[in-house]
Amino acid sequence: MTPALRLTDLHSYYGKSHILQGVNLEVGQGEIVTLLGRNGAGKSTTLKTAVGLIMPRQGRVELAGRDVTGQPAHRIASAGLSLVPEDRGIFQLLSVEENLRIAERRGSPWAIGDIYRIFPRLEERRKNGGGQLSGGEQQMLSIARALLNGPKVLMLDEPVEGLAPIIVEEIVAQIRLIRDAGVPILLVEQNLAVCSQLADRHYILELGRIVLCASAQEFRGDPGAIDRYLGVKA
Amino acid sequence: MIYLFQVLNGIGLGMLYFLLAVGLSVVFGLLQFVNFAHGAFYLLGAYLTYDLTTRGFSFWLAMPMATLIVACIAAVIEALLLHRIYKLPHTFHILVTVGLALVIQEMVIIAWGPLGGSVPAPDGLQGVVIWGDFIYPQYRLFTIGLTAVLAGLLWWLLEGTRLGAIVRGGSESPSNMALLGYNTLRINTAVFGFGAGLAGLAGALAAPIRGVEPFMGIEALSVAFVVVVIGGMGSYTGALVAGLLVGVVQSVMTTLWPEGARLMIYIGMALVIALMPRGLLGRA
Ligand SMILES: Nc1ncnc2c1ncn2[C@@H]1O[C@H](COP(=O)(O)OP(=O)(O)O)[C@@H](O)[C@H]1O
Ligand SMILES: [Mg+2]
Repeated sequence: MTPALRLTDLHSYYGKSHILQGVNLEVGQGEIVTLLGRNGAGKSTTLKTAVGLIMPRQGRVELAGRDVTGQPAHRIASAGLSLVPEDRGIFQLLSVEENLRIAERRGSPWAIGDIYRIFPRLEERRKNGGGQLSGGEQQMLSIARALLNGPKVLMLDEPVEGLAPIIVEEIVAQIRLIRDAGVPILLVEQNLAVCSQLADRHYILELGRIVLCASAQEFRGDPGAIDRYLGVKA
Repeated sequence: MIYLFQVLNGIGLGMLYFLLAVGLSVVFGLLQFVNFAHGAFYLLGAYLTYDLTTRGFSFWLAMPMATLIVACIAAVIEALLLHRIYKLPHTFHILVTVGLALVIQEMVIIAWGPLGGSVPAPDGLQGVVIWGDFIYPQYRLFTIGLTAVLAGLLWWLLEGTRLGAIVRGGSESPSNMALLGYNTLRINTAVFGFGAGLAGLAGALAAPIRGVEPFMGIEALSVAFVVVVIGGMGSYTGALVAGLLVGVVQSVMTTLWPEGARLMIYIGMALVIALMPRGLLGRA
């Protein structure tokens, strides 16, 4: 089957620094795949390059078999690759409802009603300004907005970073619901507990290269790899 | 009685200033673009109205046509030229748009001569309104009413519709708009054309009051900047409040101390810059 997202030999630069040095990864239909790696490994850069915020110098980005390499971000996003960025990208001066309304799209299987079912907190806060939300609520709003866009693949950049454990649980459950609705997810996350709860497969990125690709089972059975590449005790 | 007359004049003038400045302000909010050609769009709106009415078109047709033509011309200029310089420092914006304003002004002189002309008040509004011993031109009253309705519509458009949310979102973060699938280049062009169209409309509405002459654009530009600075860059309400304030002060001052009318406005602006650098209603 054609993967939902395939990155092939992706190279990206910030000015002269060569950050991505040939990234290869795939997200299959219905899968949650994590991209792990130390700070500065190039995880965020990989997501930004995939969605066209950074132009790759070399390589291919394919969305459901369609080559979208080199297209501007708004085209790739319209084609169905949604990024929930690290900074969450909430419009602070727009209300929660307005943040959602500008993301609504004809042809998306998700409507605002569905969103409020998954994220009841957002309905409670719908008249509030985006800037008045807590970190967890902002994260939910950002994910909700991405869903309204009707993604073929959802990319989440550290969605539970800095959040209280109880909110983390809530968001993990929500991510599961979204996957169960059939949206493939590429997840960048430092929180290994969260990753192993959710993921079907893991990639590890080091200095701009994929150094390990393992199924959830293989990964659990290989604490040495986790130590070696992530420098934390599993 | 003379004060009521001047205050009404000031409100009419102020509403035209608002119309003129709100486009400049919204464009600045969205694009961080300093547009010294904004007054030239006002000039163009006035002259197109002048031209069309002297060709025998009714003012009621000439006004919307002039507005639309100015909006289209501005959108084309934005799409071909201006969008290329948004990322450059503000000095480049000034250099290019001052050049553009001069080109438009010279073209106006070539097309219609250096002397200017007058535009009669439209059919049906040539008379005066009389309340007791108070007499006021109908057309001026009409402009106050029309601009008030437009101000309400604009507010609703910006604050109450999805389209407005898109514009406000774009001024907060273009890259986040792109992540939601919006082509920000296209939004920018549309908003720029819209703002210029409002300046053109202000020019069209002003033409029967003050006539047309080739340097009215420069005057309008300085007023628009004063209004935007006093009201706060990017603020709709700021443009409305400051437009009215400047209009009324200027109008009342012309009876009290005509030479000082202009001076007062600039002193007011200097005070605002010194005390509230973001303007009365500007946001952080
Ligand atoms: N805007 C930028 N300009 C220059 N270098 C950057 C920029 N953003 C990130 N980098 C560098 O690129 C590398 C990868 O960054 P990033 O993709 O954000 O890492 P990660 O998300 O894995 O922590 C880091 O060394 C970082 O310093
Ligand atoms: Mg990162």
